[in-house]
Amino acid sequence: MPINTNSNGYTFGYAFVMTLLVAAILAGVAMFLKPRQDAELKLDKMKQILNAVAPINDKSKVKAEYESTIKEVVIDQTGKVVTDNAPAAFDLDLRKEYVKKKAGEPYNMPVYVYEKDGKKDFVIPLYGAGLWNAIWGYVALKDDFNTIDGATYGHAGETPGLGAEITKAWFQDQFKGRKFLNEKGEYEFRILKGRGNELEGKPHLVDGMSGATITGVGVDSMLRKGYQTYKTYFESMN
Amino acid sequence: MSQVAEAAVKKSEPLFSPKNRRLLTDPLDDNNPITVQVLGICSALAVTTQVKPALVMAICVIVVCSVANLVISLLRKGIPSRIRMIVQLVVIASLVTLVDQVLRAFLFDVSQELSVFIGLIITNCIVMGRLEAFAMGNKPWPAFLDGIGNGLGYGAVLILVAMFREFFGAGTLMGYKLMPQAAYDMGYMDNGVMATSTAAMFLIGIFIWIQRSRNTKLVDVS
Repeated sequence: MPINTNSNGYTFGYAFVMTLLVAAILAGVAMFLKPRQDAELKLDKMKQILNAVAPINDKSKVKAEYESTIKEVVIDQTGKVVTDNAPAAFDLDLRKEYVKKKAGEPYNMPVYVYEKDGKKDFVIPLYGAGLWNAIWGYVALKDDFNTIDGATYGHAGETPGLGAEITKAWFQDQFKGRKFLNEKGEYEFRILKGRGNELEGKPHLVDGMSGATITGVGVDSMLRKGYQTYKTYFESMN
Repeated sequence: MSQVAEAAVKKSEPLFSPKNRRLLTDPLDDNNPITVQVLGICSALAVTTQVKPALVMAICVIVVCSVANLVISLLRKGIPSRIRMIVQLVVIASLVTLVDQVLRAFLFDVSQELSVFIGLIITNCIVMGRLEAFAMGNKPWPAFLDGIGNGLGYGAVLILVAMFREFFGAGTLMGYKLMPQAAYDMGYMDNGVMATSTAAMFLIGIFIWIQRSRNTKLVDVS
């Protein structure tokens, strides 16, 4: 007897079996590929951290360069370096740590100390909100804990050509040599609105992105929040 | 639109009979999904700033389109007609998810660059159009060829647009600097418009113009 492919029972049965089958296949593949994807993500994170201090293009050299130049340090909410039972700095989830910080609980933050050929930089990770989704970044500070030596940013869903410009060289390059603090030691760094601002002799200002003011404000407050979080650590190092 | 009708492929027909070959070659010119059917324009504007992502995108669409066509053609007699669009969509979405996962594991940088556009293959009208118009009414092998053909036709336009945009927009091809430094010294500048999607629209428009003025068959097709 031929099956009536238009009956309700058949239609429901078909949909049910199809869903189960597809779910099983996709779950299987995702599990199988997960270790490799995680390794790629880890490598990408190393690359982003290095890009803030010493940009590196050759992907095959990232791991060796990272391991030879970066020392991972963990600090706690008082800005002290954690030496006993410190969690792995690299695996700290910044989003979760910021949640703990907001709730007034003890938290840990990672610092990536770069040292090579007499140059010593402190790379701090950043995490914040853009217009549509999370944004993050790494900013490298010179050992005066004031001068920015480089910055990289990433985003989960900003608009290409507008907010996504934060990943572009023109935006990131202008942070190099800028200062967080003024002469009185107050935080004065700011991202302006739009491009083409007069920046001569103004070490605390950088251009924003035309059409992406909210993403710019997001980066601005992410930097401010990042600096405040590490302030006590910086002061203890000075 | 010869290929829309049920192709009466006999068992004894060779795999690459003239009719089957036409399934591969037709979408390259006479029935190109982008320049003739004007489908898949969104991604053609978005991922054509450089040749490399365009190439990866083209390969992904070829894979998704051909395998989806094959799967749907194999299932075509059992698919309940009331939910056939849903079944087609599930097949496309699963394949695209697979492609996305594989890219993330093996071509991480490219997957970052293509980001949402891989996911958007699901909404690429070419893929679903071929399933509904061809795979639902044809045997697996012709359906598979039709998928490859349409993927190729899409990819060819994508790569052509990307070549123009990357060369005139950045002076490079596949990331290699081709524009000589001497040209820059003499005052040549990379064309900033080429980096925007507007340029892709102009280029595709010009391709359509050239194609139609050479191929009079297409003039009446709207």
